[in-house]
Amino acid sequence: MGWAIALHGGAGDIPRDLPLELRELRESCLHRCLDIAIDAFNARKSPLDIVELVVRELENDPHFNAGRGSVLTDNGTVEMEACIMDGTTKKCGAVSGLTTVVNAVSLARLVMEKTPHIYLAFEGAEAFAREQGVETIDSRHFITPKNIERLKQAKAANSVQVDYTQPIPIVDEPPVPNGDSQIGTVGCVAVDSSGNLAAATSTGGLVNKMVGRIGDTPLVGAGTYANKFCAVSCTGKGEEIIRSTVARDVAALMEYKGLTLKEATNYVIKECTPQGTTGLIAVSATGEVVTPFNTTGMFRACATQDGRSEIGIW
Amino acid sequence: MGWAIALHGGAGDIPMDLPADVREPREACLRHCLQMGIDALKAHKSPLDVVELVVRELENNEYFNAGRGSVLTSSGTVEMEACIMDGNTKNCGAVSGLTTVVNAISLARLVMEKTPHIYLAFEGAEAFAREQGVETMDPSHFITPRNIERLKQAKEANRVQVDYNTRPIPKDNKPPAPSGDSELGTVGCVAVDSYGHLATATSTGGLVNKMVGRIGDTPVIGAGTYANKLCAVSATGQGDAIIRATVARDVAALMEYKGLSLKEAADFVVEECAPKGTTGLIAVSATGEVTMPFNTTGMFRACATEYGHRELAIW
Repeated sequence: MGWAIALHGGAGDIPRDLPLELRELRESCLHRCLDIAIDAFNARKSPLDIVELVVRELENDPHFNAGRGSVLTDNGTVEMEACIMDGTTKKCGAVSGLTTVVNAVSLARLVMEKTPHIYLAFEGAEAFAREQGVETIDSRHFITPKNIERLKQAKAANSVQVDYTQPIPIVDEPPVPNGDSQIGTVGCVAVDSSGNLAAATSTGGLVNKMVGRIGDTPLVGAGTYANKFCAVSCTGKGEEIIRSTVARDVAALMEYKGLTLKEATNYVIKECTPQGTTGLIAVSATGEVVTPFNTTGMFRACATQDGRSEIGIW
Repeated sequence: MGWAIALHGGAGDIPMDLPADVREPREACLRHCLQMGIDALKAHKSPLDVVELVVRELENNEYFNAGRGSVLTSSGTVEMEACIMDGNTKNCGAVSGLTTVVNAISLARLVMEKTPHIYLAFEGAEAFAREQGVETMDPSHFITPRNIERLKQAKEANRVQVDYNTRPIPKDNKPPAPSGDSELGTVGCVAVDSYGHLATATSTGGLVNKMVGRIGDTPVIGAGTYANKLCAVSATGQGDAIIRATVARDVAALMEYKGLSLKEAADFVVEECAPKGTTGLIAVSATGEVTMPFNTTGMFRACATEYGHRELAIW
C-alpha cells in the first residue's frame, strides 16, 4: 500500500451557482495543497508534518474559513481554533480563541510538543504564542470584507450561520429558507506507506458566534481524531459534530465493530448526524481514503500514491 | 429497574495515611451529596436536575478541586471548567476559564439551554454569566490557603500535578512519593431514573500549576463527560490521558458497538485504554447499573441504587 491524503475546505449548503471566480479561487487552492502534499510525501515527510503544512496553506488562503478569511464573532472579531493529532502516538494539541496567530495549527502542534498539556485557549494561548515566537499579526489582518458582509447579513437574518458562501447582494433573493448554510473549517488527513496516520483541522468557527464560543474543531474526538486505525477531520455544524463525537466514532466503529473505513464513515454521516450538518475526510492505516458528507457539498481533494487524485465540491 | 446515582470527588494517588482533618470533611460531603441526590431522585427530579444539584454542592465544598477549593494556575489564579450532558437528547453544555462564577456547572447548563452553542470559554463565558445574572464572587473567594501552598510546592518540584490531596508537607518532612504526580481533582455525578433517562455532570479547577489558558478533559464532550441513551459517564484523573483515550465516549461506544455491559466497558477502558495511575470514572446505565472503576490508588466516590445498595469509599 502507498500513501494517501485528503483535505477539505468546508462542508455546507454550497450553492451550485457559486460564482465562477470564487469557485476557481478555492479549487486552485485545493490543487495547490495537493501538490504540496505530494511533494512532501515524495520527500518522505511524516504525515504529521504534511497535515500541518497543508492546513497552514489553507489557513493562509483568505477564501476559506480559517486563519485569514475566518468568519467573525458577534463582536466583529476573529477567534481561531485548531487541532492536530498523531495517530501513532495519539499525542494531540489544540488551541482556541486566537486573535493574532497567523497559523493556529502550528501553535496547536507547539502545545502538543512544547507543553505538558494538550489544549490552550484565549489569552493563555496568545501568551504562549508570543513566548514561542510564532508569527503573529494585528488581528485586523484576518478580517476580510466578505466576512464583514457575512456578519452583517447574519445579524440581519438574526441567525448564527456557518455559511461563508459569497455575500449576497441586497437586490438578490435572501438566503435559502433553511437559513443555516454550513461551511467552514479546513482540514487534512494523511497516511504514509507504513500506516502512520495524522489529522489536522483549523477554523474561524460560526458567523456571528458568541464571543468565547468553542466548536468541534479543537475537541479531540469530535472534529479531529487519529489513532492506529484512521485519521479523521470533520466540518459542518460544530454543535452537531460535538454531540455525535463524529471523529472518534468513525475510529470506534472500525476498532470495536470491525467496520471498514468506508462503512464506518458512511454510517456516522448517514445515521449519527442530522442531514445537512456534517462532512468529513478520513484515511485508514491501509491507505484507503473517503470524503463523505450529508450537506449539499464539501470543498475537498484527495490523492493516493498510485496516481489517482480528485477535487470536488458537490 | 430503579434509579441509580454515583458521584466522585477525584481520583489519584490518595495516600492511605490521609489525615483525618482532610479525610473526614470529604467523606461527610460525599455522604451529604449522596443523600441529596437520593432525595432528589425519590422526589422524581430529572437526572439532569439531580446531577446539577449534586455537582453544585461539591463545587461549594472547599475540600474538592472545583468551585471554591479549585487548584491554582501557574499565575496563582483560578480557572474553572464544567460540563453537563443529557443522555436522552444528547444536549450538552460546557464552560472553561471561569474566574468569578460560583457554580460553573449551572453556567454550563445555561449555555446548553439559553444559547445556540455548546461551549463558551474565558471572557465570553464570564460575560454570558453576567448577562444571565448567575451568582459571581471576587476571584479571591475561590482561592484557599491549602491551594496556595500546593502551588508553591508544585513550583518547587517544578512539576504539573493534579494532586491536591497530600496535605502541605512541613519543611522537615520527606517530599512526596517518587511517583510524584498524584492525580486528583474534578468532581462529578451521574444519574439514571427509573425510566432509564441518563445525565452526567463534571466540574473542576484543573491541574495544580497548569499554564494559564489550559483546558483539560472535563469540558471536552466524549473525554471527561458523556451521556447517551445507554449510559452516563464522568471521568477524573490526568486530563490529558483522558482526552487522548476519549474515556467517557469509549465506555458508551463499547456498549453500543461491541455489546459490552456497563461494567465490562468501564473496566476495559480503565484497564486497557488509559495508562495506569491516570484515570477513574463513575458510570450508570439505562438499566440502573452503577460502576466506579479506577486505576489510581484511590478515588473519592459514593453511589446508591433504588434497591438499597449504598457505597462510600476512597480506596
